[in-house]
Amino acid sequence: MSETLSNTRSMNMIEAIRDAHDVAMERDDDVVVFGEDAGYFGGVFRCTAGLQEKYGANRCFDSPIAESGIVGTGIGMAAYGLKPVIEIQFADYITPAYDQISQEAARMRYRSNGEFTCPIVIRTPTGGGIYGGQTHSQSPEAIFTHVCGLKVVIPSNPYDAKGLLLASIEDPDPVIFLEPKRLYNGPFEGYHDRALKGWKDHEDGKVPEGYYTVPLGKAKTVRAGKDVTVLCYGNMVHVCEAAQAESGVDAEIIDLRSLIPLDLEAIEASVKKTGRCVIVHEATKTSGFGGELMSLVQERCFYHLEAPIVRVTGWDTPYPHAQEWTYFPGPKRVGDALKKVVEAK
Amino acid sequence: MDGFADAENMTGSKTSDRGFRVPQPPARPGEAPDFSNFDFGEPGKLPLLDAEAPVEAFEPFHDGLLRVLDMDGKAHGDWASMVSEEDLKEALTAMIRTRAFDQRMMRAQRQGKTSFYMQCLGEEAIAVGCALALRDGDMHFPTYRQQGILFVNGIDPEAMMNQIYSNKKDPLEGKQLPVLYSFKDNGFFTISGNLGTQWPQAVGWAMASAIKGDDKIAMAYIGDGATAEGDWHQGNLFASVYRAPVILSVVNNQWAISTTSAFAGADKNTFATRMASYGLPALRVDGNDIIAVIAATRLAAERARAGLGAVAIEFLTYRGGAHSTSDDPTKYRPKEELGSWPLGDPLDRLKQHMTVSGLMTDEEIAALEEAAEKEMREAENRAEEVGLVHAGEGADPAKMFEKVYEEMPGRLLEQKKEAGF
Repeated sequence: MSETLSNTRSMNMIEAIRDAHDVAMERDDDVVVFGEDAGYFGGVFRCTAGLQEKYGANRCFDSPIAESGIVGTGIGMAAYGLKPVIEIQFADYITPAYDQISQEAARMRYRSNGEFTCPIVIRTPTGGGIYGGQTHSQSPEAIFTHVCGLKVVIPSNPYDAKGLLLASIEDPDPVIFLEPKRLYNGPFEGYHDRALKGWKDHEDGKVPEGYYTVPLGKAKTVRAGKDVTVLCYGNMVHVCEAAQAESGVDAEIIDLRSLIPLDLEAIEASVKKTGRCVIVHEATKTSGFGGELMSLVQERCFYHLEAPIVRVTGWDTPYPHAQEWTYFPGPKRVGDALKKVVEAK
Repeated sequence: MDGFADAENMTGSKTSDRGFRVPQPPARPGEAPDFSNFDFGEPGKLPLLDAEAPVEAFEPFHDGLLRVLDMDGKAHGDWASMVSEEDLKEALTAMIRTRAFDQRMMRAQRQGKTSFYMQCLGEEAIAVGCALALRDGDMHFPTYRQQGILFVNGIDPEAMMNQIYSNKKDPLEGKQLPVLYSFKDNGFFTISGNLGTQWPQAVGWAMASAIKGDDKIAMAYIGDGATAEGDWHQGNLFASVYRAPVILSVVNNQWAISTTSAFAGADKNTFATRMASYGLPALRVDGNDIIAVIAATRLAAERARAGLGAVAIEFLTYRGGAHSTSDDPTKYRPKEELGSWPLGDPLDRLKQHMTVSGLMTDEEIAALEEAAEKEMREAENRAEEVGLVHAGEGADPAKMFEKVYEEMPGRLLEQKKEAGF
């Protein structure tokens, strides 16, 4: 954290993200915000509500339903010197913009040898758990982590969401900012049939007022433990905490917070301490970011490992509607993996 | 020029002195609805076209509006000759059933029987009329607001409800979000949750029909908002370049969630004009006038089937309900707008026409409505008996692993086993 702050306010993740926009727009006239329904209405998840009223339609506005156009114009604005913070309504809708993101935004700096840059933030809700079916539930982080030149950030709570978003807006390179939509209104442990816990009683729901940042590339140890390292992010942080509590395994849970840049030091130190590792993400397994994490752990910690690394992920199917909770890697599956890994000889 | 006006200044916004503008509707919640920027023309004024008419003959229809019914239920002009009494009776039944289905499912959503629903209130004439103008073997490429097609093409509403309830008789076995149906045998292409993608796919389907020398045609639908996607422009181009036997219809219902059609350029040129700029014959049609819808689509179908290539249609209408049950339009448009839409309600207009022209009595129409209400209530009872996903009676979980590929790969077989199936 870059400043010491005393005043905090209870916020859910939507309010924290909205507040980050507000702080950034207040501090810097070059910050502009746009996207589908993001202007007058304030976004279908309300993350930009009130910004148009406060800062005017020149700085927060609606866009046509045209993701490639949204990102393409954002790149042009960034090249001019603005700091566009773009909303893509669902991560599932981002693919029409994939050309602009992966071949344009990501390589503006490289191909012009630094003449042109692309300090853009592309925010988008990710993950399932809302009965959204296959086009409102996907977790596409790996199609961005595979592209050189992009940064990929995914907060798991309101405090981090605000601090990471402010850091992303200040970042000189393009950032894909994935917001786990199931966490907008409260920490979610994976039990859809239990009452929603709001952020009000959660430590990370206390959000400092004003400006602060959470730096990209710094993981957070959510729980210290000695028997197994759990690498996770987004939705899965809370699932892993629940799985740890239920299984009783003395797990060290690490919330990666940003995938690119990645806090390799924290990962390496933890795995070398515990000698075991479980990797958890909601995205499908094959070619998921878990495969990359597994390789890194293997490369750096092989001689410290006492058991094979295990991944718990979404199955290799599109995100189904009726079978959402069979698909979602909940605490039971994570807990089983924890036990299996710590019991392995 | 047409569509919602671009208000130069809006509350809280400073306008750039270099002309930067963000379109705004003329009225927001609390303000009086304002459609004064539209020019709806008069019913019966535009000449009937021959299906083989030269492209230039379509020009009056780019900015003009094909209308047959006036607002008192009377039909005007030669286009009416393309629609029979039988057509109208069939259309009325299908529109009544569509609305009864929607009302039943909207209530089911409020009762927690489904998490999600999308109604087509105010747009029933378009899907129903188009379905009546096409024939078996043709393929509709709909959005989520053309369920009316199914009520012409012979679907059992219980099958739709089972899909919405994601239960054990769901024809999609739980894979898709409610209302994103797929009914191939009823000429209804699988609906995507992503916008605009069906547009070039319909063109490709039609190209295939032409390549094979068949006389089947495709019909694509897209909302005004989604025309902003690149797929719309590319589909128009391919349809024109390859003279694909496809009807390309923009359903211009004024609102894309919270943004108006002006964000898709509708305040500069009509969608008909813009599609015409690709070299396509284009018609702009009152989408709340069932006679105009059937007549225009029938002409387009005849033309496409005759090997004369694609026809573009813009249906002018108004989204009567929320975008979906997850949306609240009172946040961004005046509540009174629906009742003020100058082209009225398509079902009320058809009912009025039936009685005014002596084709049916009020009692006969009331009997149709009662029958539809009963049909939907009984269908829902059966679907509910099969089960509700939200009551833990969803489609078989093991089905989740099927149909990813034709043959289940080894890794999925392993995962299926790991999941306990």
